[in-house]
This record gives sequence, structure tokens and C-alpha cells, in this order.
Amino acid sequence: MSSQSRTVVLVDAVRTPFGKAGSLYAGTRADDLIVRAIRGLLERNPLISPSAIDDVAIAAATQTGDQGMNIGRSVALLAGLPQSVPGYSIDRWCAGALTAVTTISGAIAMGAYDLAIAGGVEHMGNHPMGDGMDPNPRYLAEKLVDTDALSMGNTAERLHDRFPTLTKERSDKYALNSQVKTAKAYADGKIQRDLIPVAARSAELGWAIATVDEPPRPGTTLEALAALKTPFRPAGRVTAGNAAGLNDGATASVLASEEYAKANGLSIKAKLVTFAFAGVEPEVMGYGPVPATEKALKKAGLKISDIGLFEVNEAFAVQVLAFLEHFNIADDDARVNPVGGAIAVGHPLASSGVRLILNLARSFEEHPEVRYGLTTMCIGLGMGGTVIWENPHFKAGK
Amino acid sequence: MSDVTKLPEGAPEEVVTKALLREVDLTPFGFTGKLALITLDNGYDHNRPNTFGPVSLQELDAAITAAIAAKPAAIGITGKPFIFAAGADLSGIAFLANREQALAIGKLGHDVFRRLGECGIPTFAFINGLALGGGLEVGLHCNYRTLASTALTGLPEVFLGLIPGWGGATLLPQLIGPEKAVQVIMLNALNNNTMLKAKDALALGVVDAVYEPADFLEHSMDFAAQVLSGAKKIARADFSSDANWDSAIATGRAAALKKYGGATIAAPERALKLIGESRTATRDSGFAAEDLALADLTMTDSLRASLYSFNLIQKKRKKVEGAPKPALARKVSKVGVVGAGLMASQLALIMVRNLRCPVVMTDLDQARVDKGVAWVHSELAKLVEKKRMSEETARRLSSLVTGSVDQSAFATADFIIEAIFEELSLKQELFKKLETIISPECVLATNTSSLSVEAMSEGLKNPERVIGFHFFNPVAIMPLLEVARTSKTDDATTATAISVGKELKKTMVITKDAPGFVVNRLLTRFMGEITDAMDEGTPPEIADNSMRQIGFPMSPFELLGLVGPGVALHVAETLNKNLGPRYRISPTIKRIVEKQVRTFYIKDSDGKFIANPEAVALIEKGTNPSTADQVRVRALTAIAQEARMMLDEGVVSSPAEIDICMLLGSGWPMHLGGILPYLDREGISESACGQLFHPKAVASLP
Repeated sequence: MSSQSRTVVLVDAVRTPFGKAGSLYAGTRADDLIVRAIRGLLERNPLISPSAIDDVAIAAATQTGDQGMNIGRSVALLAGLPQSVPGYSIDRWCAGALTAVTTISGAIAMGAYDLAIAGGVEHMGNHPMGDGMDPNPRYLAEKLVDTDALSMGNTAERLHDRFPTLTKERSDKYALNSQVKTAKAYADGKIQRDLIPVAARSAELGWAIATVDEPPRPGTTLEALAALKTPFRPAGRVTAGNAAGLNDGATASVLASEEYAKANGLSIKAKLVTFAFAGVEPEVMGYGPVPATEKALKKAGLKISDIGLFEVNEAFAVQVLAFLEHFNIADDDARVNPVGGAIAVGHPLASSGVRLILNLARSFEEHPEVRYGLTTMCIGLGMGGTVIWENPHFKAGK
Repeated sequence: MSDVTKLPEGAPEEVVTKALLREVDLTPFGFTGKLALITLDNGYDHNRPNTFGPVSLQELDAAITAAIAAKPAAIGITGKPFIFAAGADLSGIAFLANREQALAIGKLGHDVFRRLGECGIPTFAFINGLALGGGLEVGLHCNYRTLASTALTGLPEVFLGLIPGWGGATLLPQLIGPEKAVQVIMLNALNNNTMLKAKDALALGVVDAVYEPADFLEHSMDFAAQVLSGAKKIARADFSSDANWDSAIATGRAAALKKYGGATIAAPERALKLIGESRTATRDSGFAAEDLALADLTMTDSLRASLYSFNLIQKKRKKVEGAPKPALARKVSKVGVVGAGLMASQLALIMVRNLRCPVVMTDLDQARVDKGVAWVHSELAKLVEKKRMSEETARRLSSLVTGSVDQSAFATADFIIEAIFEELSLKQELFKKLETIISPECVLATNTSSLSVEAMSEGLKNPERVIGFHFFNPVAIMPLLEVARTSKTDDATTATAISVGKELKKTMVITKDAPGFVVNRLLTRFMGEITDAMDEGTPPEIADNSMRQIGFPMSPFELLGLVGPGVALHVAETLNKNLGPRYRISPTIKRIVEKQVRTFYIKDSDGKFIANPEAVALIEKGTNPSTADQVRVRALTAIAQEARMMLDEGVVSSPAEIDICMLLGSGWPMHLGGILPYLDREGISESACGQLFHPKAVASLP
């Protein structure tokens, strides 16, 4: 039995273009999206031997219908992986894919696996948030959680309540910046290179080939954002403009032990340092990344100042701002979400974790002077999850 | 064009296949430019494939116009899930009343499709699913083709009595050469409409690339981008000076002659002519010749009869005329087969393969039983060898087939079929004995071909459970099953038998319990006239060749050899006894049976079939010879009279039931409509019975 922990590396990650729910992928199945991501991932990594894949962990927040049937195993079969390759399903709501990565990493680190796939999918058009949810009546009867806890928009409003310095204006400005950064990244060709084209059919319009994200609104302005309704409460602060939308999409990554990757000539795009998940009051779930990051930093023996790049999921602008304010980072710090975030490209719940990792890995390539980066996200019912990564391209003294 | 889209009178409303146009950016695939992508979609799922009627063709025309106007780098065309397009909308063709309409629809198809080959913009067919006939022809007009690895393709026109007349007969030989084109257009079509698997389509050069369905369209875009950027070159050969044009066409002709028993049939002949002409044809001349051929064929009774046959076969496969409610059927979870001879063993095999329940065979002694069971086991093993069945399934099925000399093994059976010697008293005795063993609900089915089922049920406690269940040889291949009800057979028994027949994937016709049911009654009457003519002094080759040009798959004497003279004689004698002396007993055949001569034809030292001198020596020396034409008219008249009698007696409920029996039970060709449409159009029906079997235009020109 191996007792020595092994280094886990990210070999590669890809995603499908993200769509607006009920639009681009209205005629496409969730399982077909993740199958496409996996096939695209393996196609661009021909050195990966499919039969060597130890497991396939796929996350989805609603595991019924086209996201059911143990979607991990199901998509392994649908993707044409050998029948000997097993698969399983993961659910931690928005942090599904992130948890798929950490769970697979745990197995690699302890020596059980050499090589595995982790990813996530959410088709929010087919599976609207809360669909089929059946909260235990005890939640209300025993006041186990605040009534706002199950409405993510309300939890974001509650963050504004809790931190009065986080104003609507700051949120809108942050949101605009996300759009601007994404538009620039697109113009520089930084996003397209990791998108796996998807044939998407519309019964009315025929087949299309999705090659870019549908949600970004590159031309938006502060004025336009300011004019948006606040659907969660009158005179609220959370709008469709400073939050991620309802989206469809899938992501997939390949993780391996460092030895296996090196022995088989696989690329190494990031090295896992450590990870942590932490709980907070469910009604301010957006605060989750703060304790999760504190915990992860502590485990890693690092300080926040050691982190040179941040990929923070943008479920809501206010939730990112709460994180930044806690760590004394400026709202427009260049280290944070350099190619924009979920407010621009979308947040198909359980798939987003791998998008953050993919972005971080690309930023690592551009920033050899950075040694450490982190990916973090808030999670419904009051959690946060943070994974700290080391840059394999790091060169000291640069 | 406007009157082309007006449906011919009586035609069903066209299910319109829309041509939806969208733009695809090929930049992510490595080529800077747009591809105008046309999706063919009729709005239904895959059970109703895309087809091309006149409105659909105009939809496509408009989409091509719009695509060209967008000035894309390329135009692509693809289908809806699982289906590219299944070809021309045949439902309208059966109603075309004049040649101009027929010409116009052919020309419309060409006018639209050829734009894909002539618009000056590179065109791609992304064949994502089934592509048949006109569906594949759309692709042939395009400059390049990709195909999903699970998609079937083919040009079935010749099988239907048409020709690939929207470009296929001209373009395919030019694309892949004469030999391969003959394979696709002729040999495959004539071989029961065999479709091409993707790997074969690729190997033949019909398509340029094959991709898995999971991301077929994405890879097809990649293919298009590579072709457009010049990264991928697709070589096209010039076959105009190929050495094999004549031999390929000879091969095609031989296949057609073999299929139609030596007859020259119009559709294959026209297809071969077009293939031959394609060697030097321009698009204009080739397509014009296709238009003419299509119009000529469309305006024939043969084509109308073919379409009638095709539709009849489709319809009867699903619906059994006069069947009781399926809910009345009892569950069959154990089958008994009485007898272990070759017929019984075939029955045991088909039962276990399809019902997957215990099948027990019995016979008089252990040796016969063992032989029967061993035969079934060996057939299952052969299927494993041919990779048509997994070893596990074969093991499972083998273990389900058992044999016994003790009929008490039938005690728990739900369905018993007997295939013992064709002797009424033996069968009566058998059923009486079985009644002492089996449950009162167990169905007793008989595979008799000519004996009275009713007589077999006489004296039984439960005669209502007796039914005729008449298979054709070879059981696994022949699609027809005659289900004969007696006056006492109850609905539950009939429903159970039909549900078993459905499991066996047979097309069933319910007949009254009348001697010979349908197929044997007509075939035997027909054979009797041929042998009678011979016995009267008509030279045997004249008698036997009298039907040659009609297109039966084999001549009367070839059929006799296949059935076996002994069996044929036995059936003739039974029908002679039960239906009357119009069923002729040939002294020649009697002698042939006595002397145990098996066939009229033998192979000579060169492998050619010649008359068997042993048989010829036994022929009755009559002095009243007939001409071939006289024999033909006489034999067909007999069929017409017998068919009319069967309808009058209520043996079956309609002429269509007789036609489906002859199409599927004796393999008579589609262009005869089974047989009755042919008798109608040849004037035989009227001269023999004073009336037609089918109203005009049902299976003939209006």
C-alpha cells in the first residue's frame, strides 16, 4: 500500500461554448453536451490512452432526465470510452465540477488512480433551478435556515445587507468590467481556443454549430446596467446584469499523477496544492469562498499575498466583492478573473468549476512569474470551495 | 413549375420537408469563411423520414437560392436526427395521370439538385443518417460527402421498378466507375434492396469520409474547412476510359435476368442503359435521359403495380386483416413441436429464436428426436460462427430446445405446432391424443399445406383451439404465414396465433380453412395447367418457358424441383380430391415420383442447366401441343378463375390478400402486383371472370 502522497496535475481542460437557457442548446441534450466536451478533450490529447482512464466523475446539480442515469457512467459509454472505464456522478450544486476535480485528485494523490476525467454539466433550460426540489418542512418549522436561503438571488441581496460598503454601483461596475475583460479576451482569441464546437439543433431553425459563448453582452454600459430591474426585492441591488444568467454548458478536464503524466508525455498545465470546502450561513452562501480560502491557505501554509492569480466564480458580483474586500484586494485587481467571469460567459451551475481551472491554467502560461493561483466559488445552502494550484511554468526571479 | 406542385388528383397531402438555412463560421475549424448550412427536416421524428415531393423540392430550391445569395465559402446540406432523406415522395407518384406530370417532377428534381453541383460554390453533403434514392442523389450532386458511421445508404429505385433518376444513374458511375455503380444501382437493389453500410460506402467511393455519429457534424465541418483551405485534397478519377464498362453492364444484366427468371424487365434495363451512357454523358444529356426514363417508367402499369406491392408489403407487415383484438391473445411461454424432421426442426428454430421460451420437440423414436434437436443446436452454432449471434445467446437458446419421445412433455405447453406426415388420419389421431395431455387452452396449430384443418379438429373436446399455421420453406426466410381459421376456431386462439406470428416477424394473412389456403391453391392449379399442356404434347421446354417473360423468379419446373416432385404431387392429389378435377394429376409427374427422379434440370459438365434426360424420358407422349402463348394464357386464366373462386368462397377477404400471399409466399415480383393487377392489365381477369380484381388506378395507370 502506498502511503506517500503523489502530486496531482491538470493535464488539460476544455469546455463547450455556454448558451443561454432556452436558446442555443434548447434542442440539445445535457448528456450530449458533456459527451462532446469529453470527446473534444480526448481528441486534442491523443497521447491519452482511453483504456487507461481510471474513472469519470461528472457533476450535475439536478440528476434526473438527461442529467440522470448516473451521468458519469452514462456519458463514459456515450462518449465511446472503453466499457472497462467506470464513471460516477457528483453533486455539490454550483461546485459540482470543482468537487469532481477534488474528489478525483484525492484518489490520485492516495495512489488509487493514475489518470481520470472530471467535469460537469448543467442544462438549466432542461433543468430549471429548484426543479423537483422538495425541501424538508423542518427547514421552516424549526427555522433551520432563513427563508432566503433557497433563493440564490435573495442570498446575494443579503450580502449587500450584511456589507453596506458593497453597493449596487460597485456591483454594476464590477459586472461591466467582467464584460469588458471577456470581450477583450475574445478579441485576443484567448477563449475560443478551449471551446469544443457543438452541433446544436433547433427544430425550427435547423442545425447550427456553436463555437462561441452566447451570454456575453460586450456592448453593455453602466447606464444600461443601472436601469435593470431588481427582481428579488423592490429597491434591491441584484439584477440580471450583475449576476450570472441561467445557462447551459459542459466542462471536462483530465487529471493525472505527476509521474503518470511525465511518463506518458502528457502536458502539465497546473499542479494541485490543496483544497478546502467550508460552510457558512445558508442565507449568505455567497460568503462561502472566504472561509474556504482561509482554510485552504492555512492547509497549504500560504498567505493570500502568495496568490498571484485568482479565478473567482461570478455567481453574483456582490459575492466576488465580498471576497475581494475581505482579502483587501481591489475590485479591478488585474490578478482577478483576467478574462472576465461568469457574469459575462455564464454559469451552467455544476460545470463552472472546471471553467475556472481552465482559465487559471491559461493564465499560468502567460504569467511564469506567478507561482500560486486559486479557484474559488460559492455554493448554495451556504458553502464555499477553494482549490489552490501551483504554476508548472513558474520561473523564480522573473 | 407551378402546376408541378399541384398534387395530382387523389394524391395525399405532401408532407413537406423544409430546407432550413443557417450560417456556420468555419474559423474555429481553421478556415476563415462561412458555410451556409441547409437542414432538411419535415418536422416529424425518424419514423417519418424526410422525403422530396414537389413542395419540398421548391423549399430546397429556395434555400439554395438564399444560400448562394449569402455568398458563403461553401454550402452544406444535412438532415434531421437519424435521417438525411429517404428519397422521392412516392405517395404522389402513384397518382400521376399523364406523362407531362411525370416528366415535370423528374425535371424539377434535377433542376433543384443540380444547382448543388453547378453553383460555383463548393458544396458538401453531410449525410448524418439514412439516405436513400433521391436522398443519396442530393448528396451525389454535391462536390463532397461525409457520412455518419451508422448511416445506411442506397439507391433502391430499381428494386421499386424505377431508376435513380434525379442524377444518380449518371453521377454515380462517373464518380465511382461502372463496376461499383452497377453494384450499388443494380446488384444491391435487386438483392432485396440491400443498403450500404458506411464502411462499404466509403470503400466504394460513394462518400469521402466517415465520422462517428456522436460528433458527426462537428467533424464534417472540420472536413469542409480542410478541403476549403486545401489542407485536404479529394482525388476524383476519370472513368470514361475504364476498361470495365461492358463487363459491368453485363454483370448487371445477368443479375436482373437471374432475379426475374430470365425475363427482361424495363427498370433494370433502363438503369443499365443510363449507366452505359453516363460514360460519355454530359450533365445535360445524362439528366435529360434520366427524365425520359423516369417518365416512361412512371407511366407504366408495371410501376403502378410495383408501388401498390411496395405499399401493400409495408401495410400488411404491420396490420393483419381481420385479426381479433390483440388483448385476447394468451401468453405463450412454452412451445411444443410435434415431429423432428427438417420442417419441424426449422419451426423449432424460428420459435426459440424469436419467442425465447422452452421449445420441446417430439418424434417417434429417440434417434429422430436427437437428430432434430442437434440440427437446431448446430444452426445456432452456425449463427455464432457467422457472428450473427453471441455465444451467450446461443447457449441460452440451445438450452431451451429439448426433445422427447414422450408427448407428456407437452403437458405445460401453451402452443403446439405439428409438422408430421401430411395424412389427415395421423393428424386427427395426434390431436386426440394430445388433448389427453395438454391444457384446454393450449393452441393446437398445424403446418399442413393442403389438408382440412377443420377435419383435424373434429371430435376434439376443444376444437376451438385448433388453427392452421402454414409456413413456407425455408421458414427463416419466407416472410409469409397463412393463418387458417376453421368454423370453430375462437378469437383467443386466433389472437394467440397472430401474436406468435408477430413475434416471428412474419406477415400474416388470415384465410378460411379451405384446401391449399391461398398460395398452394394457386400455385398447384397453375402448375397443373403447365404439366397438362406438356402431357398433351407441348414440348417441355416450351411449356416451361411459357411464363419466362413475366418475371417469375423461377420457371414452373424449377419450382417443381425446389418443392420436390413428391410433395407437389401429394398436394395436387389432395386438392384434386377436395377441389375437383380442375386440379390436374400429371401422369408424367407420377412417373417421375415413382422413379424417384428429383428434378427436371441437371447441370451438365460445364455447370450449365440442361433438361434431365431421366425426366424427359418419362414425359407423357401427347398429340395435342400448344404454343407458348397458349400455355401462358391457359395458366394465367386458371389463376384468375381460381382467385375469383377464392374470393367468392370467402377464403380471403379481398384481392389484396391474394396479392400479398403471392408476393411473399411465392416471391412473385412486385411489378406484377403479386398477380391480380397483372391479370387485370393483361385482360385475363375479364376474359376469365368477366370482371377486374382491382378498380382501375389502384395498381395500374388511371
